[in-house]
Amino acid sequence: MRENINLKVNIGGLELKNPVIAASGCFGFGREYSRFFDIKRLGGIAVRGLTLQPQKGNPPPRIAETPSGILNSVGLQNPGVHTFIEKEIPFLRKIDTTIIANVSGNTIEEYESMAEILSNADVDAIELNLSCPNVQEGCLRFGSSAQKVESVVSRVKNYAKKPLLVKLTPNVTDITEIAKAAEEAGADSVSLINTILGMAINAKTRRPILGSITGGLSGPAVKPIALRMVYEVSRAVKIPVIGMGGICNATDAIEFLLAGASAVMIGTAGFANPMVWVETIEGIEDYMAENSINSVTELIGGLIV
Amino acid sequence: MNTRYRILKAEYLNVDTFLLTVQSELISKKARPGQIVTIKCGDEGGVILRRPISICSVDREKGTFDIAIQIRGKGTKILSKFKAGDMIDIMGPLGQGFSLYPKHKKIIAIGGGIGIFPLLQLLKDHPAENKKAILGFRNKSCVILEEEFRQACNELFISTDDGSYGDKGFVTDTLKKVMDKEPADMLFFCGPLPMMKLGVEIAKEYNTPCEVSMEQRMGCGIGACLVCVCKTKKEDDWEYTQVCKMGPVFSGDKIIID
Ligand SMILES: Cc1cc2nc3c(=O)[nH]c(=O)nc-3n(C[C@H](O)[C@H](O)[C@H](O)COP(=O)(O)OP(=O)(O)OC[C@H]3O[C@@H](n4cnc5c(N)ncnc54)[C@H](O)[C@@H]3O)c2cc1C
Ligand SMILES: Cc1cc2nc3c(=O)[nH]c(=O)nc-3n(C[C@H](O)[C@H](O)[C@H](O)COP(=O)(O)O)c2cc1C
Ligand code: FES
Repeated sequence: MRENINLKVNIGGLELKNPVIAASGCFGFGREYSRFFDIKRLGGIAVRGLTLQPQKGNPPPRIAETPSGILNSVGLQNPGVHTFIEKEIPFLRKIDTTIIANVSGNTIEEYESMAEILSNADVDAIELNLSCPNVQEGCLRFGSSAQKVESVVSRVKNYAKKPLLVKLTPNVTDITEIAKAAEEAGADSVSLINTILGMAINAKTRRPILGSITGGLSGPAVKPIALRMVYEVSRAVKIPVIGMGGICNATDAIEFLLAGASAVMIGTAGFANPMVWVETIEGIEDYMAENSINSVTELIGGLIV
Repeated sequence: MNTRYRILKAEYLNVDTFLLTVQSELISKKARPGQIVTIKCGDEGGVILRRPISICSVDREKGTFDIAIQIRGKGTKILSKFKAGDMIDIMGPLGQGFSLYPKHKKIIAIGGGIGIFPLLQLLKDHPAENKKAILGFRNKSCVILEEEFRQACNELFISTDDGSYGDKGFVTDTLKKVMDKEPADMLFFCGPLPMMKLGVEIAKEYNTPCEVSMEQRMGCGIGACLVCVCKTKKEDDWEYTQVCKMGPVFSGDKIIID
């Protein structure tokens, strides 16, 4: 790291050494990518989406490539929160980075239990996924109405003894309403965007490509939508915003910071380039040096309009 | 981490399939038969994902390896434009390859279409005394790498769907005939799903162990994203397992092909 360059950010009580986080679902529990780079360089890791009980996930195919994007329908395959704590935290904790547990539930009670269990576990923050489009029951329903978001978040807040991030779905009419509801209910920050509901069809076979017919779009294709939503939300709420959706390099990340994000998450881009997180951190440093910026916080919301 | 390697040779094997010889000490030394690499196509036309391709053969002395690619869609079309001298972005070797147990003395490798590629290095490396290969193609013009396979095994059987070359019919029919004459003690399958499903059943019929190499659409290619799964047995139950990390080669006892 360069001298005189301060990459630290504070996301609603969560200290990050730099603003680049691995997005949930794209980075597993860190083991695989640790073979490619020193993952302690990350500002944080949002782990694969967890549920109270183990989840088998959706039938394959679970991915379809669309122009500059991918649709996925993993359906929250995970070993359950207890196995995560027992088997994965010991590995993750050896790495000097921030661990964010991403959780999904079918009922408010499940969200509450997971918040309680994880508050007693060695993670740094909890990210509520109220927005996963890949499961029949649960999160999408919670995330798509301001009133439901308010009730889930306020109840979970009673159990969460760690910074609480609320992840927002873009599949709504007005995302600022949802963000405001999360803020009022006590969210420490909001992260957005999750994937955009979409579909891919094979005309030759006349069948959908994904095993579960529809899936969530991510990657460069969603970036303009994500940027717009981060911009709108960061002006509507006072809590910090974590921006994501299609970030592939430092320039993309800086655009999100300028739009109002206090940190960014990167997911899909890592599939093509496992070095994307490190390259983004280094690129932000270069940009700061070139523009004589000392603290990355000076970039946040720095859009000139 | 360096993933950029030089292409030494690029040539067509038939109208839609080409072979690339790539210089890489790392991949050629580490690669085991059945393992894969993932190749970046470039961002042209919004193609963002790497394409999974089997390692077809390696030259450990020269530090090179070969991959054979059939043009299917956008990504493989872009790859077909690479020429000798170009740099290409390849990650690998990835995944689990075929088992090379010395206890297996008579093996048969059965492949169909693009599924034949990983079997070439398998036949070269396997310590068995008696190695046979049964390869299936759509028709005569699709038959490729025949000489390479002939040299890598003791006996080669070729069949085509329309009978325009070799036997007419499916590789699984040939397999039964070969097994009836001289049973093998290990079978390896790679090809279309229906062929492998049938193959696993035949292996069971003949009470012979087998391994299959699965295909699935991939994202990260290293086990992190869980998009590339297939069904495998787990105690009394089943689970979805990553083809890229725990496969592509699975034991016939473990895999569930619906
Ligand atoms: C383990 C494994 C080994 C393989 N080995 C070889 C090989 O040695 N030689 C060879 O020619 N091909 C091989 N394939 C198939 C090859 O990956 C696909 O043909 C290729 O990805 C198609 O890309 P495309 O852009 O041309 O097609 P498109 O249809 O445009 O691709 C769209 C998306 O679907 C994926 N996709 C399409 N078909 C397949 C498929 N059959 N399997 C997996 N993903 C697919 C692509 O990767 C891409 O993400 C292998 C596949 C797997 C999973
Ligand atoms: C394969 C895959 C799995 C995902 N799983 C989760 C998940 O479990 N929980 C979650 O909150 N978001 C999940 N996401 C969404 C990402 O975290 C992120 O919000 C989205 O992909 C946009 O960022 P990107 O374009 O950088 O990938 C997943 C995305 C992908 C591609
Ligand atoms: S492609 Fe990501 S787990 Fe296999």
